[in-house]
Amino acid sequence: MSPRKKREPISTGSDWTFPLIEAYDREIGRVAADFGLDTYPNQIEVITSEQMMDAYSSVGMPLNYNHWSFGKQFVETEQNYSRGRMGLAYEIVINSNPCIAYLMEENTITMQALVIAHACYGHNSFFKGNYLFRTWTDASAIIDYLLFAKNYIRECEEKHGVEEVEKLLDSCHALMNYGVNRYKRPRPLTAAEERERQRSREEYIQRHLNDLWNTTVPRKEDNDDQRAQRFPKDPEENILYFIEKNAPLLESWQREVIRIVRKVAQYFYPQKQTQVMNEGWACFWHYTLLHQLYDEGLVTDGFMMEFLHSHSSVIYQPPFDSPYFSGINPYTLGYNMMQDIRRICEHPTDEDREWFPDIAGSNWLETLDHAMRNFKDESFILQYLSPRMMRELKLFSITDDSSRPTLKVDAIHNERGYRQLRESLSAQYNLGNREPNIQVYNVNVRGDRSLTLRHFMHNDQPLAADSCEEVLKHLHRLWGFDVHLESVRPDGEVTKRYDCPPKQAVEVA
Amino acid sequence: MSYIIDRRENAKKKSTVNRQRFLRRYKQHIKRAVEDAIHDRSITDVDQGGQVTIPKRDISEPVFHHGEGGLKRKIFPGNKEFMEGDEFRRPESGGGGGSGQGKASNQGEGEDEFTFTISQDEFLDFMFEDLELPWMVRKQLKDATTFETRRAGFTSSGSPEKLHIVRSLRAAHARRIALTDKETRHQIRALRKELWALEDMPPSPERNDKLNQLREQILALEKSSRKLPFLDDFDLRYTNLVRVPMPSSKAVMFCVMDVSGSMTQSIKDMAKRFFILLYLFLNRNYKQIEVVFVRHHTHAKEVDEQEFFYSRETGGTIVSSALALTADIIDARYPPQDWNIYIAQASDGDNWDGDSSTCSKLLTERILPKTQYYAYVEITTGPHQNLWHEYEQVQEAFNERFAMQQITDAGEIYPVFRRLFEKRTEGAHESS
Repeated sequence: MSPRKKREPISTGSDWTFPLIEAYDREIGRVAADFGLDTYPNQIEVITSEQMMDAYSSVGMPLNYNHWSFGKQFVETEQNYSRGRMGLAYEIVINSNPCIAYLMEENTITMQALVIAHACYGHNSFFKGNYLFRTWTDASAIIDYLLFAKNYIRECEEKHGVEEVEKLLDSCHALMNYGVNRYKRPRPLTAAEERERQRSREEYIQRHLNDLWNTTVPRKEDNDDQRAQRFPKDPEENILYFIEKNAPLLESWQREVIRIVRKVAQYFYPQKQTQVMNEGWACFWHYTLLHQLYDEGLVTDGFMMEFLHSHSSVIYQPPFDSPYFSGINPYTLGYNMMQDIRRICEHPTDEDREWFPDIAGSNWLETLDHAMRNFKDESFILQYLSPRMMRELKLFSITDDSSRPTLKVDAIHNERGYRQLRESLSAQYNLGNREPNIQVYNVNVRGDRSLTLRHFMHNDQPLAADSCEEVLKHLHRLWGFDVHLESVRPDGEVTKRYDCPPKQAVEVA
Repeated sequence: MSYIIDRRENAKKKSTVNRQRFLRRYKQHIKRAVEDAIHDRSITDVDQGGQVTIPKRDISEPVFHHGEGGLKRKIFPGNKEFMEGDEFRRPESGGGGGSGQGKASNQGEGEDEFTFTISQDEFLDFMFEDLELPWMVRKQLKDATTFETRRAGFTSSGSPEKLHIVRSLRAAHARRIALTDKETRHQIRALRKELWALEDMPPSPERNDKLNQLREQILALEKSSRKLPFLDDFDLRYTNLVRVPMPSSKAVMFCVMDVSGSMTQSIKDMAKRFFILLYLFLNRNYKQIEVVFVRHHTHAKEVDEQEFFYSRETGGTIVSSALALTADIIDARYPPQDWNIYIAQASDGDNWDGDSSTCSKLLTERILPKTQYYAYVEITTGPHQNLWHEYEQVQEAFNERFAMQQITDAGEIYPVFRRLFEKRTEGAHESS
């Protein structure tokens, strides 16, 4: 590196002012553009800690419909914060266009600069570039849509009573994780269109439903036929969608509310699948951007000390036997993998050349950009987790087989274990493995109209019975008739049935 | 390109609605916590906010998740001594290799309870929920302080701060439309459109000529149409507010406390707690209420709040002295046609022999006919004293207006208080 001409630092104190934030944003934005980060315009909002708690408790959105569970979240946050048990997050950033980021009033200028680099350029460019976000969310429409949802639900409360709406939302929230399409791409949502189509949809659904249920005169000779033909023909993974379209007793406003919950769930779905990458990308870039500013002499040594202190506490990974351990820290994993990819590009070892022939020695900016755009956590880890990373993090894999009395270490960070470790870790980030795979299997259209779900078991893992029964009650409320759930082994054997209203859960196996 | 916005002055308390819904949903839990808190607290901090604890399972939101069992494989960081193929016993409580559902807690209590704080206001709300002063009626339209300001349409005169801008401009607009001639207006509009279309075209000498020509035409037309003021005095509209007198529901509460020698320290303490509850309740729920404090041993005396609760003066017991004083005060200052009159009396029931009959006479003749409600609490651990027996007869005569309860220990104060001031539905006569 040629010696640079040192410039005056942007600030030397720790207090922030609006001109200073502007100056930092300008410089960070300039450096980010030099590195080729493509971002939405930023909308940086300075808020108080109280407002931060508000934002926190409505799942980070600047506006949302009202529900007691957000109140619970708020009360919990407030309690923990006031007791000093927890610091508030430094930032919240919203996948919208313009990209909204919150800065907290209490922070020092260093922290504000860190947040700007992290959120306004890191997360922002991820939102804009990653394929999942591009496919599933429409950044320019989300705020409008939430406003529409909030107003719609408020109108429902006025018409049908707060309690009625609250019950419905409770039930929808219980099934929210099953309100997303995992493979099909939905239409991007826009508030204006929603309003327009709302009325025609209401009519259509009611008509369509009647057609379905009009044919429910029970006839004996149909019995064989009925067994052969299930409804839906193929299992439906999006339970809320199925309910919205097919539940016989719901009124049209209730279907609309289900739709809203579904759309919100869908909006958050990419975030759940890219946590490691998203945070890793943002951490990598705040580190890189601020170091660039330091190299140019725009920030002081004191600034860097404060920044590094907070940076290293964010990416700290407690070992598995530490009292602070609560799983793998996505910041650590993501950040280190991003740095590792850069290292493989710039200073590859022989091992790297063997494992990553495609990227060893390539242009790191292009390689990282490609990784950010085209992967989600699961595939990202499978593709890029290097042996060196596994050694550094000292990863090991434990198999917990409930049929055996002991736990077994089946792979560690050595030559034999690398591939298995990588696969297992990747599988750990596969949402399909984390959440039980439950789908709508059949509706007894010609009989008692009961709804049957199937839980396709993975590695023989059963459902947690108590919460399962609670969720079924909610499902029963939505469906209006009996609801059954069967846990099924891959060979088709039904191991357990749950019924709502309960008939006493029966162990079949 | 970034926009930086200062949102600090924006609406705070966005979560208030959600918070209230949460509180409403768990009302029963909170009420129980409030009751417990009232028992445990000392007199001076009975009205502080408080902690509410709810078992975590009561407020959990259920979702489908995996339970214990089956085959699980999990990756951990920070290996120190494990080698491939090592086997070891499953840690208890599912900490190390567990399912990951529910955080293992090594602090004993940890995750099982959900605790949060409610403010003083909320605390009192829950404390006094569904309580009221019974049989309160609206008295005469006498007190001038109770006016309500109501909107009553719009007027064409008023003070500047009541100017209604939208209405005024609408009136002005209507007037301008009414007074201009339609043809000219249409002509002007057509010319303007032409003008705008021209302005968008690339400049050239013909265009400029045409532009000037059009502008002159428009000017001429505008001149020819009558010159109308944009806003005239005639257009101004003001919001009209009228003051409507409201019937007042004024009330006075007499707090009568026995401080005689027979009242031990703990009994006095309970009596004070009872009155403090009452005082908080009145202050909170009724805007227009006066409280008169009367304490007595052999003599009764009207005192102020401070002296009532904290003075140490004591002596023998003549209850009738207090009742007589109360009756005198009512006669002198609170005519029953203007006032709802309430009396709460606390005593250990130990009275000077022969005085109790005077008491019941005072009550039935001078006091009860004028009062809405009379509540008597006897604070004693032993058998009922002579005053109680005397009052039982009074109660038979004035079933609705006279209530009596016994308190034996501090834990009963709040329940008794609730029983005495429970909200009654009109017509339902449930007397205790």
